[in-house]
Amino acid sequence: MAYLELKNVSMTYGRGANATEVLSNINLTIEEGEFVAIVGFTGSGKTTLVNLINGLLKPTSGEVLFKGEPVVDTSHERGVIFQNYSLLPWLTVGQNVHMAVKEAFPKASKKEINARVEEYVAMVNLSPAINKRPKELSGGMRQRVSVARALAMNPEMIIMDEPLGALDALTRGNLQDEILKIWSKDKRTALLITNDVDEGIYMADRIIPLKPGPNATLGPEFNINIERPRDKTELNDNLEYKKTRNAIIEYLMGIGEERKSASKKVYELPELTPKSFVA
Amino acid sequence: MKQSVTVVQDEKGNFGTMVKDFAIKLIPAMPKWNGKTLVRKVLIPLASIILFVGLWHVGAKALYNIEADYKIQKALTDQGQEAADQMAACIASGDVSCQPNTLPSPAQVWTSFNTLIADHKAISADKAEFKAKTAALNATREAEGKAPIVYTGRPSFVDQIFTSLKTVFAGFLLALIIAVPVGVIIGLSTTLRNSFNWLIQIFKPVSPVVWLLLVFMIVKTMTKDSDSDSAFIISFISVGLCAMWATLVNTAMGVATVDKDYINVAKVLKLGPIQKVFKVILPSSLPLIFTGLRITLSVAWMVLIAIELLAQSPGLGSFVWEEFQNGAIDSNSKIIVAMFVIGIIGFLLDRIMLTIQNMVSFNKNATA
Ligand SMILES: Nc1ncnc2c1ncn2[C@@H]1O[C@H](COP(=O)(O)OP(=O)(O)O)[C@@H](O)[C@H]1O
Ligand SMILES: [Mg+2]
Repeated sequence: MAYLELKNVSMTYGRGANATEVLSNINLTIEEGEFVAIVGFTGSGKTTLVNLINGLLKPTSGEVLFKGEPVVDTSHERGVIFQNYSLLPWLTVGQNVHMAVKEAFPKASKKEINARVEEYVAMVNLSPAINKRPKELSGGMRQRVSVARALAMNPEMIIMDEPLGALDALTRGNLQDEILKIWSKDKRTALLITNDVDEGIYMADRIIPLKPGPNATLGPEFNINIERPRDKTELNDNLEYKKTRNAIIEYLMGIGEERKSASKKVYELPELTPKSFVA
Repeated sequence: MKQSVTVVQDEKGNFGTMVKDFAIKLIPAMPKWNGKTLVRKVLIPLASIILFVGLWHVGAKALYNIEADYKIQKALTDQGQEAADQMAACIASGDVSCQPNTLPSPAQVWTSFNTLIADHKAISADKAEFKAKTAALNATREAEGKAPIVYTGRPSFVDQIFTSLKTVFAGFLLALIIAVPVGVIIGLSTTLRNSFNWLIQIFKPVSPVVWLLLVFMIVKTMTKDSDSDSAFIISFISVGLCAMWATLVNTAMGVATVDKDYINVAKVLKLGPIQKVFKVILPSSLPLIFTGLRITLSVAWMVLIAIELLAQSPGLGSFVWEEFQNGAIDSNSKIIVAMFVIGIIGFLLDRIMLTIQNMVSFNKNATA
């Protein structure tokens, strides 16, 4: 039995004339302990896919199975790192994490909860900022709070929706390593959504492209057979890396071209003579 | 050199600093003083005040002259030349009996202001004396289980201000207690919102006068056999009902339009319904709720004067009305004093609410 399984999942937003099928016939299997990355263009339906898996949305047709059971609601077993951090702005860093820990461990004592909050805030190197509010933090720091909040709930599976998309290259690299460290520590299952192929190759066991929507479906999967821990600088000379990277990029470029040619409509321009404002 | 800092951390100290913080926020930050800001922040406002007072003075003078000419003319046509001359002399002498009754000049208003303050001091002294005199008697009366003797003299202008403030705060609290919970409940449910919308839309524009009459009908019957202060009850309830709509609408809107991201967080953390309301929905709508409360307070203050005037309940409104009916020589200028006091208090109340509003809004600062 697969750990997470999507069977013929389709998702349509809106009704009647306004209906658009964003995802069509998605089939995906993730095994326990795997790190899977999904790459895709903006607007192709990645967030929609994530929300189907974490239980915020229900598919129009098809099934999402988590450990063999259909996903009907959100669950503490699946932790989510949202694309736009989604921190509560009126709470401090510590309070944001505290709220999550308290929900995930309802039987824990106050002391245990506080200790756990401090531990996870320290893990993302934010101890000095524990009493700050989100608006006082940089984008990278906010995203780290969001990571701490998701991980402090000790989920079996981590679902990350473009977690590093808005960050600068340096912060991005650091956080990639931090996430990998946490993932490898007790081999949780991870699903990473990204728009950066290199990030996918560096972090995942498997990369699956999402063809652009409407009617987005998953493309062929690419296995990354590179030993862990991976080293960024060495990766550039790794033959396997180069091969996979080129294959994925070629594939994405291919569907990009397809999309362009598919929308090659001829627009008739109205005949207008520009009015001159110069006397 | 070493500097030592002692931090007082007792409860009183904390409260003290809180009050200080609040006061600092209340007064806009002092700008750096240079020639330009001096002109902009001091000279120009000062000039505008002088211009205002000047125009007022000239206008009042013109009205005075029109009124005086009319009086003389009237004396001439009614009683002949002699009476007209007498009237002109009387007006010129400044005698109280024949002064033209019109818009008072700034100087007259200033005099009335000082009269009112002096009057307040006299009444306060009188009250203190009364208290001292009756202290012993009241102690024995209390021991015997009788009600103490209270001062029943005329309230001073300052007393009226405090009565009005008391009424407005009672009304404001009533509005808050009704509008916020109802707003939250309506905001949470689209069905409720749609079904109550007509009610809100109909009651929102109803005039204070009508509210007063409505409340009067109900309270009059309900307080029939109790000796409570029904004028106060009627006026504060009317004020509350008039003013609560802005808070109701804003609260419902704030609750209904909570950012979807926050709702998703609540779902992913699996907060229960009560937790969701108190930990996510309410905090995120606080800025809008306070915007509503700010409007409510300013509406409450505005309608209060009219309601007091109609309900004959003590306060600035009835002060204005009594002075108007009184028709004494300085009544008009006393009314103008009351007008300025009403305006300034309204402005201060709004400032306080703005400051609180800025303290609770977590991203943007509201502006005046
Ligand atoms: N709640 C919604 N209602 C209607 N359309 C939506 C909704 N959410 C997303 N969409 C549409 O679905 C498509 C995919 O969106 P999304 O899943 O957010 O893409 P991505 O995360 O890949 O950028 C977009 O065209 C978007 O406009
Ligand atoms: Mg997205």
